Amino acid sequence: MTQRNRLPERGRVDRSRTLRFQFNGRTYTGHPGDTVASALLANGVRLVGRSFKYGRPRGVIAAGPEEPNAILQVGTDPATTTPNLRATQTELYDGLVCSSTNGWPSTERDLTSVVGKVGGRMMPPGFYYKTFMWPSSLWMTYEKGIRKAAGLGQSPSQPDPAEYDHMNHHVDVLVVGAGPAGLSAARTAARAGARVMIADEQPELGGHLLASRATISGTPAAKWVRRQTDALAREPEVTVLRRTTAVGYHDHNFVVLSERRTDHLGPDAGGVRERLHRVRAGQVVIATGAHERPLVFGNNDRPGVMTASAVGTYINRYGVVPGERLVLMTTNDHAYHTALDWHNAGREVVAVVDTRAEAGGDLPTEARACGIRVLTGHGVIEAAGGRSVTGARVAPLSADGESLAGTTHELPCDVIATSGGWSPVVHLTCHTGDKPVWSEEVLGFVPGETRQARVCAGGVNGTYALEAVIHEGVDAGKRAATAWGFEATEMRDLAVSVAEPSQDPSMKLFLVPHHKPVTRAPKQFVDFQTDVTAAAIEVAVREGYESIEHVKRYTVMGFGTDQGKLGNVNGVALTARARGKTIPETGTTVFRPAYTPVTFGALAGMERGGLLDPARFTPMHLWHVRQGAAFEDVGQWKRPWYYPRHGESMQQAVNRECLAVRQRVGMLDASTLGKIDIQGSDAREFLNRVYTNAWMKLQPGRCRYGLMLKEDGMVFDDGVTACVDDEHFIMTTTTGNAGPVLEWLERWHQTEWPELDVCFTSITDQWATVTVTGPESRNVVAKLCDDIDFSREAFPFMAWREGTVAGALARVFRISFTGELTYEINVPADYGMHLWEAVYAAGEPYGITPYGTETMHVLRAEKGFIIVGQDTDGSVTPEDLGMHWALKREKPFSFLGQRSLDRSDSRRRDREQFVGIRPLNGEAVLPEGAQAVENPSNPVPKRTIGHVTSSYYSAALGHSIALGLIERGHDRQRERLHFMTSDGRLEEAELCSTVFYDPDGARQNV
Amino acid sequence: MANRYSGFGLFRHALRYHENWQRAWRNPTPKTHYDVIIIGGGGHGLATAYYLASQHGITNIAVLEKGYLGGGNTGRNTTIVRSNYLWDESGQLYEHAMKLWEGLSEELNYNVMFSQRGVLNLGHTLQDMRNIERRVQSNRLNGIDSHVVTPDEIKKIVPIINIDNLRYPIMGSSWQPRAGVARHDAVAWGYARAADALGVDLLQETAVTGMRIEGGTIRGVETNRGFIGADRVGCVVAGNSGVLAGMAGLRLPLESHPLQAFVSEPLKPVLDTVVMSNHVHGYVNQSDKGDLVIGAGIDGYNGYGQRGSMPVIEHTAAAICEMFPMFRRVRMNRQWGGIVDTCPDACPIISKTPVDGLYFNCGWGTGGFKATPGSGHVFASTIANDSPHPLAAPFALDRFYSGALIDEHGAAGVAH
Repeated sequence: MTQRNRLPERGRVDRSRTLRFQFNGRTYTGHPGDTVASALLANGVRLVGRSFKYGRPRGVIAAGPEEPNAILQVGTDPATTTPNLRATQTELYDGLVCSSTNGWPSTERDLTSVVGKVGGRMMPPGFYYKTFMWPSSLWMTYEKGIRKAAGLGQSPSQPDPAEYDHMNHHVDVLVVGAGPAGLSAARTAARAGARVMIADEQPELGGHLLASRATISGTPAAKWVRRQTDALAREPEVTVLRRTTAVGYHDHNFVVLSERRTDHLGPDAGGVRERLHRVRAGQVVIATGAHERPLVFGNNDRPGVMTASAVGTYINRYGVVPGERLVLMTTNDHAYHTALDWHNAGREVVAVVDTRAEAGGDLPTEARACGIRVLTGHGVIEAAGGRSVTGARVAPLSADGESLAGTTHELPCDVIATSGGWSPVVHLTCHTGDKPVWSEEVLGFVPGETRQARVCAGGVNGTYALEAVIHEGVDAGKRAATAWGFEATEMRDLAVSVAEPSQDPSMKLFLVPHHKPVTRAPKQFVDFQTDVTAAAIEVAVREGYESIEHVKRYTVMGFGTDQGKLGNVNGVALTARARGKTIPETGTTVFRPAYTPVTFGALAGMERGGLLDPARFTPMHLWHVRQGAAFEDVGQWKRPWYYPRHGESMQQAVNRECLAVRQRVGMLDASTLGKIDIQGSDAREFLNRVYTNAWMKLQPGRCRYGLMLKEDGMVFDDGVTACVDDEHFIMTTTTGNAGPVLEWLERWHQTEWPELDVCFTSITDQWATVTVTGPESRNVVAKLCDDIDFSREAFPFMAWREGTVAGALARVFRISFTGELTYEINVPADYGMHLWEAVYAAGEPYGITPYGTETMHVLRAEKGFIIVGQDTDGSVTPEDLGMHWALKREKPFSFLGQRSLDRSDSRRRDREQFVGIRPLNGEAVLPEGAQAVENPSNPVPKRTIGHVTSSYYSAALGHSIALGLIERGHDRQRERLHFMTSDGRLEEAELCSTVFYDPDGARQNV
Repeated sequence: MANRYSGFGLFRHALRYHENWQRAWRNPTPKTHYDVIIIGGGGHGLATAYYLASQHGITNIAVLEKGYLGGGNTGRNTTIVRSNYLWDESGQLYEHAMKLWEGLSEELNYNVMFSQRGVLNLGHTLQDMRNIERRVQSNRLNGIDSHVVTPDEIKKIVPIINIDNLRYPIMGSSWQPRAGVARHDAVAWGYARAADALGVDLLQETAVTGMRIEGGTIRGVETNRGFIGADRVGCVVAGNSGVLAGMAGLRLPLESHPLQAFVSEPLKPVLDTVVMSNHVHGYVNQSDKGDLVIGAGIDGYNGYGQRGSMPVIEHTAAAICEMFPMFRRVRMNRQWGGIVDTCPDACPIISKTPVDGLYFNCGWGTGGFKATPGSGHVFASTIANDSPHPLAAPFALDRFYSGALIDEHGAAGVAH
């Protein structure tokens, strides 16, 4: 195919190289510098997609992020195919393959359009709320069809191999947009000494100047842009980001920029595909410009209807004239540029249809002088043609533009360019909650009041004359820099002058009237991507959906991937008109981030796999790996779950480990337990307040079990705390709660008791812990240590000693979570592996057996020791657990949660209480979570009277055991209950003491 | 309803170019006095008004909405409907709602697109699985459809999910087949239209600025349109409940937080069920329009701004990409926030108050949408009888004095 619409000269594409690409299965050519849209237009391709509701043929309308129709699926690889890319922003590369997203069986021969044509009338806004209700059983079937018809592109079906990352920046001034205003602002702020970042969504800086034929102080616009770009490159503190869109503006000048780094290079470019820049800026300069507003008229969605500025951009920037014969409809002088560009490109301008009664400005005059026919006081009321424009039906308008003042005639043409004025790109300013303000002078919404430190410059303010735009940019740069403490200098080279043509006022027109009423006229589209018409807005308002938000939600106007950039203002204006209100009274919908869509991968950055949530490993981890341990996720930690030997099942391994501890000796890596170092003259008092039991008399060298409650009296955490000296304690917490407990302590200290002299330091990672437990444990540890007397008298239960174990400084705690004689040896983490190996070697003659968390759970369950979070769930008091002994109610300051223990519900007699459960079938292990019922034959809903919290097979006892919370459990010893499991089983079990093994506690106290 | 919706009606209107549609609801001027005023024109408030009129014969009702109907959390949530809560009290309340959902489109003659496509609540740790087993079994005892499913079964339900190769492998899930999603706006509009048809005045852009209380009894409310008298006033204003309670001299155990959500660009159907993960922290479903609708946890700070902070969005996207690595290339189209009123026990407050004739329905936190019909139904009964509906009784304010909290943090699906 030849590029029949490509001009021999003009534009910024590199004609020396030809790129081949495929669209909907056909091969075309383009050049470096093209977008897919410009290349398609160069090849004379009109039809780029089908509309989603009516299946109507659609073509390219715009040249930037506001494009609603040219939405493509790019790439065919199942992992890297990318849905919903805008052809107007997709840079061409050699070998690019893309296709339209809608249309069945193909975009060219689309059967859905038949449905659209025939059934379109049956699809007013919200039609799906009014039907598909009968019979209700068929809704899921109807829904399938609706879902199939909706949606745009296809999701990839394989994991995306691309890399994404994040980068954080602190800058003095962030400039968003590198058009004339942004460039001027950035240069001015940089010269003042500010650290400046300037970002623009396009591959080149310059904004609309890239498509402009203006001269700035005698210099062609493109050359002026290059000068500014070069000057910025020379500034040491300036960062220039191309292909980078400011997608979100958050509170406190936090702006998120999305940089697309490799897509323009093709699928095999490698490297980081997209980067999210998270910028905290002292000042933000918004120089985002404006989008041209299309005019709304009959069949204004026919391929070939475009915005005037887009046509100008394709001609001037890409050297592409998207047709042969142009009809331009405008409400303003500015759009005449496009007619002149078209004319200068050597193609026919059939007519300029100016909706104003008169057009006497310089540009209309120039157009007339070129022989272009100017029809004032007219409008294009309807586009002729099916899959492409073949003509423009033109009629004279009344002076106010509300009605027609004469008969229609048709001008043959293949492109209708329209301009209804410009809409400032205020989106970013709205992200922080600022409300845009309607300006009658601009005929658009301009940025409203803000609490952010930001300055707006240029088109976003409704300032369109180039000289004024540049001066506003300079001023914005100055204001931003000085507001942030820099001294602005004069920028002589930016004191430019631009010869502006004289302009007549624009006309306020949002809907070109038709001789039929809106409801009966050919479809007049307001929002193309969502197929919302002027009639739909009228119907919505007629039905009482009057708030602009209701109009939006009922018609789905603005819900497309363009977020209604083209249609929003027209939609607001038509809503206002239907309601008989003004535009300011009607207001606008809220623009939300993202300004243009952002890839999920870029949002996630490097948070994937192992970096989603950092995995934590103890110093002994590699040993466990080498032993073939199975691991369990506990909080962020990877803990050995059990150590299977050849061919062992999990149950066999756990049985073996349990028996080893009960009969000889076992060792456990307990390094993950939370450890908090607490120091200060009020440390003791603080502990007394946060723990339920008494801490005033705990002597140095001793330790004590403590229970923490939340304010509601429910158990929050438990652990052993050791007294180092009167002002120094070491607290241990459960593994999962190490962080929350530290936060809890800090919260009470910082917000409620700042007068207490105490401070907290997490030392979890600084110490490694090896638990040695079992009848032989004393023999094992004694072999490794000369300076601690391990005798029962010298080192009693619930004491701790400092000494040297295996050559390392160690704190040894004599506590027990297994019910056996136990020593927990803590050494600085660097010696963890050394200690572990030393203990293992010393224990080998005694048959020492490493065991994991599962065995730990079984052993403690045999003893009835709770695991917070498993046996408790945020609704369990110490008394429910039978731990009255841990409550010291007469403490002078009370303790956290004490008051709640006296509330009526906490005193209720029929609370669920912690009990032992012994299944009658000693081989059956109840599922943890199984529910207890009094009478299983009761009908549903059956009342549950409790549930199993922990359940195991006990090798030491030779039968299964369980723990649970059962209503009035403490009074129900020996009662039999039924337990129902989710797989439908029913097990009978007897309630018993929670202590299954060694009820007198003799074994830990030897 | 004079203006009944049907396929045939649609056809008739199409012949007349849709020029004769009636208003879905009137735009009335406020009367000076109503039997009941409902403050808050979201789904819960509109449902309350509807059930007061349809079930209790009270039709002299106004719903006062400071903005537009359904503009708060009703129009901002991720539309998930399920009833698989842990405790009997909440399980029964949400199941009551579920049963109403199942006939709602027909009852309201408004298609709320209730799509029972099933919800998975994934488990990633041994403790998750214990909790799932417990919750599922509790659900079944309460007559709620609920199952524990294995990773293989999950893979059958959602073939595109990543089971093994992730930081916290998926060990299983609970599965409620009757759960699903509904079209959130339609719920508000459907109730609004049905309530209006029964004579309820829907007063939009009517902001309450004060409450008139005499001798411990409510007399009416001050608004930007003047005083409006009422015998009873029900407040259903979610994140603004604390503000309204303050007008009545009450303090509620609520914190208002931003809760964010986002949607992708529309895609062709790719995900047919709802997938929720508490542990890696994200949930996702695909709307009928094709967007992936995604949510996560609240922002930690308190506030009334209907927007949140970026890190929550980033972590949520990361969680979704972890479970669905093929979505990494999909793009976020729009993010937004609502204000949720969170209670210490992650359960709502449906209650009388110390002021006679003043009632509150709030504290739904992150999970109110799914309860909409049930919430309105039991609240209407509570107001009409000046006595808690049996299903609402456990959710009265006195639980914060007695301590009878209903801790649903685990089942709320969202970390508070």
